[in-house]
Amino acid sequence: MKYILLMNATKEVFEWYSKWPKEELQANMAFMRKIAAELKDEGVLLQTAGLAWPQQAVIVRAGNDGQPITDGVFPEAKEFLAGYWLIDVESAEQAYKVAARISLAPAPKGTPGTMPLEVREVMDRAPDEMP
Amino acid sequence: MISELINVSIDELLRELTPHVLGSVVRKFRDFSAGEDAVQEASLAAAVQWPRVGIPDNPRAWLTQVAFRRMIDHIRSETARRRRENDAALDANFIVEASASENASSEDDTLVLLFMCCHPELTEGSAIALTLRAVGGLTTAQIANAFMVPEATMAQRISRAKQTIKTSGVPFQLPSAQERGTRLRSVLHVLYLIFSEGYATSTGGELRRDDLAHEAIRLSRIVHKLQPDDTEVAGLLALMLLTDARRNARTSAEGDLIPLAQQDRSLWDKQEITEGVALISATLPKGSVGPFQLQAAIAAVHDEANSAEETDWPQILALYDVLKRISDNPMVRLNYAIASAMVFGAAKGLELLSALDNDPRLKNHYRLDAVRAHLLELAGDCEMAVVHYRAAAGKTASLPERNYLLTQAARLIAPEESTSV
Repeated sequence: MKYILLMNATKEVFEWYSKWPKEELQANMAFMRKIAAELKDEGVLLQTAGLAWPQQAVIVRAGNDGQPITDGVFPEAKEFLAGYWLIDVESAEQAYKVAARISLAPAPKGTPGTMPLEVREVMDRAPDEMP
Repeated sequence: MISELINVSIDELLRELTPHVLGSVVRKFRDFSAGEDAVQEASLAAAVQWPRVGIPDNPRAWLTQVAFRRMIDHIRSETARRRRENDAALDANFIVEASASENASSEDDTLVLLFMCCHPELTEGSAIALTLRAVGGLTTAQIANAFMVPEATMAQRISRAKQTIKTSGVPFQLPSAQERGTRLRSVLHVLYLIFSEGYATSTGGELRRDDLAHEAIRLSRIVHKLQPDDTEVAGLLALMLLTDARRNARTSAEGDLIPLAQQDRSLWDKQEITEGVALISATLPKGSVGPFQLQAAIAAVHDEANSAEETDWPQILALYDVLKRISDNPMVRLNYAIASAMVFGAAKGLELLSALDNDPRLKNHYRLDAVRAHLLELAGDCEMAVVHYRAAAGKTASLPERNYLLTQAARLIAPEESTSV
């Protein structure tokens, strides 16, 4: 079963992250590299990527002529995707365990709680015979 | 054209020979993990050379020789590595005397390998991958493609599975007589999973994973040949044949699911039906009836009906009744409820479903809602059927299933309701 683990964050969180002290930033970056290598080694990771930050995000629609009309991101948008891990495991519980491992990513002292991840199953399961 | 045909037959030949060659290598060198790599390399060498220079007179001996050479290279480099690590004392342990099992027939090797690859210590996913490679002779790339994961991910999974076998110290021999029964069940379970994956994901126009269904049938034929008296092995093979027979009818050209009752039966594979029916008919009277045989018998009843209306539902109901007594599986109870509805009317089926409402194994499972929706529709309660079709759509993780369920709901509602938001 394939799951995508989504790391979402508000604009404030992105801004906060960019102000972390050097040691804590480096610890976080090293952790992210290490967890990706581990998941790869376990035969679990299919793909992972981080996304460019929200200030580069653009909303696109087709105009009447089918050409793209670009717009800045709506100011009311609350959360942005920061990165994701696409994994292949044998149960939802295993996917949650992987998410919990990533959630332990280190943050500056005094940061409340651990990092939340949204876990969604990818529609890749084989269909049954329909009644 | 001709060279393509030659390539196909070489591929088949290589896959047929894989377990025999691997058996010889493992018996000689006592190292399943490295032996498996050596055989895969020998097969790749053959796949490159044979189309150019022709198939050797004794292809099995050719492959065995190349694999042996690879093993010796492997041992030499391991020895050199160990020397560098000042661990020369271990050298002697590397080449182990061929044991008494050297005389064991290579037919048994296939079975031993299957037991090894489907060892209960491995996860289902690992067992499937290892079986396809070590016994099925598929390449890592082919397996990765079938399961739609990157090749590197699959390679890692296979290598870890081999590591598990190595550390658990599973010996290269048939399990003891008292253990063999349960271990054979694990093998059948893995073969069934391979089949289901291939069958369920193959659609009319798109031949994505259906190689897996044929591979599972091929491997089950081998096990049936080696264990002709095991009725569940025969049952599994019959079930696969009788299910695979319907493959071309179960999806539309666009990939939409078509339920059994609406399938174009002229698309069913007559040859597979004949073979499957003969096999299950010969097996059932032998006694010791198990779940695979019963499922095969049910599939046979469906396959033998010339139209959905002619289906012998009382017989299917009787078979599900036996099946639900011997296997405590909520999916069997759901199917039993459907069969009851077909014999005694939708109300009876719905009554049986209410007993499943509190089954924790069906909590959040789409199928209870899907079956209820279907039976409500049969009962004429379209309004509630729509509610349950939509509930089922929200719970499935299969795209074709969700498309089907949403379409079922949309079909039952008035046009003005469907367009209003």
